[in-house]
Amino acid sequence: MIAELGHYALVLALGLALVQACVPIVGARKNDPVLMAVAGPTAVGQFCFIAIAFAALTICYVRSDFSVVNVFENSHSAKPLIYKITGVWGNHEGSMLLWVLILSIFGALVALFGGNLPARLRANVLAVQSWIAVAFVLFILVTSNPFLRIPDAPFEGRDLNPILQDTGLAIHPPLLYLGYVGLSISFSFAIAALIDGRIDAAWARWVRPWTLLAWMFLTLGIAMGSYWAYYTLGWGGWWFWDPVENASFMPWLAATALLHSALVMEKRNALKIWTILLAILAFSLSLIGTFLVRSGVLTSVHAFATDPTRGVFILAILVLFIGGGLALFALRAPLLKQGGLFAPVSREGALVLNNLFLVSACATVFVGTLYPLALEALTGEKISVGAPFFNATFAPLFIPLLIAMPFGPLLAWKRGDLLGVAQRLIGAAGIAAITVAVIFAMEGGGGPILVPFAIGLALFVMAGAVTEIVERTGLLKVPFATAFARARGLPRSTWGGAFAHFGLGIVLLGVIGETQWSVERIAELKPGQTVSIRRYDLQFDGMTTRQGPNYRELAAHFIVRRHGEVIGVMEPAKRNFPSRGIATTETALMTRGFSQLYLSLGDPNPDGSLAVRLYYKPLVLLIWLGPIVMVIGGALSLSDRRLRVGAPKPARSKAALQPAE
Amino acid sequence: MRWLALVVMLLTLVAAPRAFAVQPDEILGDAALETRARALSKELRCMVCQNQSIDDSDAPLARDLRVLVRERLQAGDSDHEVIEFLVARYGEFVLLKPRFSSRTALLWLGPAAVLLIGAFGLFVVARRTRANSAPASAEQTKLSPAEQARLAAILQRRQG
Repeated sequence: MIAELGHYALVLALGLALVQACVPIVGARKNDPVLMAVAGPTAVGQFCFIAIAFAALTICYVRSDFSVVNVFENSHSAKPLIYKITGVWGNHEGSMLLWVLILSIFGALVALFGGNLPARLRANVLAVQSWIAVAFVLFILVTSNPFLRIPDAPFEGRDLNPILQDTGLAIHPPLLYLGYVGLSISFSFAIAALIDGRIDAAWARWVRPWTLLAWMFLTLGIAMGSYWAYYTLGWGGWWFWDPVENASFMPWLAATALLHSALVMEKRNALKIWTILLAILAFSLSLIGTFLVRSGVLTSVHAFATDPTRGVFILAILVLFIGGGLALFALRAPLLKQGGLFAPVSREGALVLNNLFLVSACATVFVGTLYPLALEALTGEKISVGAPFFNATFAPLFIPLLIAMPFGPLLAWKRGDLLGVAQRLIGAAGIAAITVAVIFAMEGGGGPILVPFAIGLALFVMAGAVTEIVERTGLLKVPFATAFARARGLPRSTWGGAFAHFGLGIVLLGVIGETQWSVERIAELKPGQTVSIRRYDLQFDGMTTRQGPNYRELAAHFIVRRHGEVIGVMEPAKRNFPSRGIATTETALMTRGFSQLYLSLGDPNPDGSLAVRLYYKPLVLLIWLGPIVMVIGGALSLSDRRLRVGAPKPARSKAALQPAE
Repeated sequence: MRWLALVVMLLTLVAAPRAFAVQPDEILGDAALETRARALSKELRCMVCQNQSIDDSDAPLARDLRVLVRERLQAGDSDHEVIEFLVARYGEFVLLKPRFSSRTALLWLGPAAVLLIGAFGLFVVARRTRANSAPASAEQTKLSPAEQARLAAILQRRQG
């Protein structure tokens, strides 16, 4: 009954979405406030019905109702409750339902907090948002219904893939989807502006917080996925340039570019057309990501060809929205007036440079991800494009961006003074230069020559971010109390930008530390034997078996010593899940400052020895701390009064923004 | 999103017992050769896996390839010869970084092309706007008599 209720709610949501997709837009054309006002309640109603459908599926999972095909295929009665719940989106149908749920949440949020939007813009935005909802709800109902029943309900389910039974993974897809789908708001705003043929700086002020929100979730989601891969997969990698990862990275790059160009548009009323195009592209890349992951085209072009229903449906959605969006852009963009002139050397110029490099980097990932698919589809020839390619092409595009990054925020709007900015960055450059020298001395000429410079670049980026705050508060020049007062008075978005840039520097530091200084030991140990890495000695103490809720675990016990002193134990394990007959490797991690010891198990040999893989990974935690700092920056910027969604505006500007009714 | 790749991978492959990539018994005694072998392994694809190098993969085929690479190195092949040997045997598909050819030209030159076209486009736009705006801005900096009167009025009000 509950499954049918969920199914019914989903159909009702489709009905409401259809109304929301048509009526407000007619209202906006006819300037009819009653028709336009339909958008709000339908958006909220649509969210309620999709939430009911989602709740229904969750209940089926929690109750282990194996008469529902989806639950049968992806759950097991012995699974811990949390993984029963996360299992809802650990499969195709459920994750698509989560996708539309998040889409409707964003729609409802615009409806609820968009009271200060001009009525026409609001109606158009919600209508466009609903076009997307119609397409995807229809996709679920037609090709991927999670509520299908089995006539004879089986006694037990097939269980969720054990590798997905993990807390990191429990929150990773929702975060990522919040990011992906959050970009739909920027898209809807862009299309609404094109439909209306009118766009101004206020538009950018509305779009920026939504993009920022999506960007924050995307950042967190990608970082979370990376950390999950690091500790689950057992060989210590954290980024693989896998097409599925690239699918989330491309929207991130585009969203980052969009944030920066929207800044120019908001402050200087320039780059309007470009910002609109980026908003369309960012969500297009989200859609392409969804297509890549959901259609099965990645596994093999042939697998896609043999069962193309889902793939073709998503492809149709893709063509419709991307093609339609770009066509509308081509038609309407010339109507938009450009404003705000600026010299090449200026804050605007720096942000344009940022966009140029970010978009090129994004294009690199795009070409690299899709090229093998396209080549195989067109010529039948198979090539591989993997990490070595991306490392070779992505880095040269990102390094200039990082060098230029500290300059941007210090340049003045309209016309900047590059020499003056360079002088103000002397401190940061000095810190970087000293670091380079120190690392050179430490490595004694050995090791790759680029490493000290890369570390220096990371510190330059970080010190550059600090420089901005120091410059703006006059710290070191004025009394501390004055500087402190000024720091409090700085716009939160300034702090946000500095945090985000600082965070990127942190990531870079972690990436270089991990890739260049990581040490690996592969060994076979008998109980009592010791393996050493850096200054750490790990003594293998023996194996124990343990029984988990739905698995059996073979854990190895290691005592970790540093300079002879015991500092802890590490217990890597191998887990066996009888329900699917799959074994997983549980790595053991020991955190030392920002570095980690990483230990994973191979197979035990008949003679009682055990193969182990041990790493010392310097600074590795910075790779994921950096994104957290970036997200804190995003949150600070979001809390800026000017951007706060739904914050009361001064009376005068409010009157000016709202059309007479 | 990596988990999705894994699901697909795990569903398509037979659930083999997981062992990790490079096994202790594969490692060569000669440290310099082993370093070269590891570096080469990172450039070579495990062809039954999804986007994994043979250095990362725990599939039996990856192990065979790792052993093969080491055998060739021990036989005195240069890195280039090892790559040539594997490409002759398994095709270009085995390389994670495709070699430059007419087929891959777009792949290799695409990013640079985007950057250059973008930069050129910006240059043209910047020149055009400057050409259009130069006379206009010179005029704009001068106030019209009406504006001057307004400015004077505002200043007077402030003083008064």
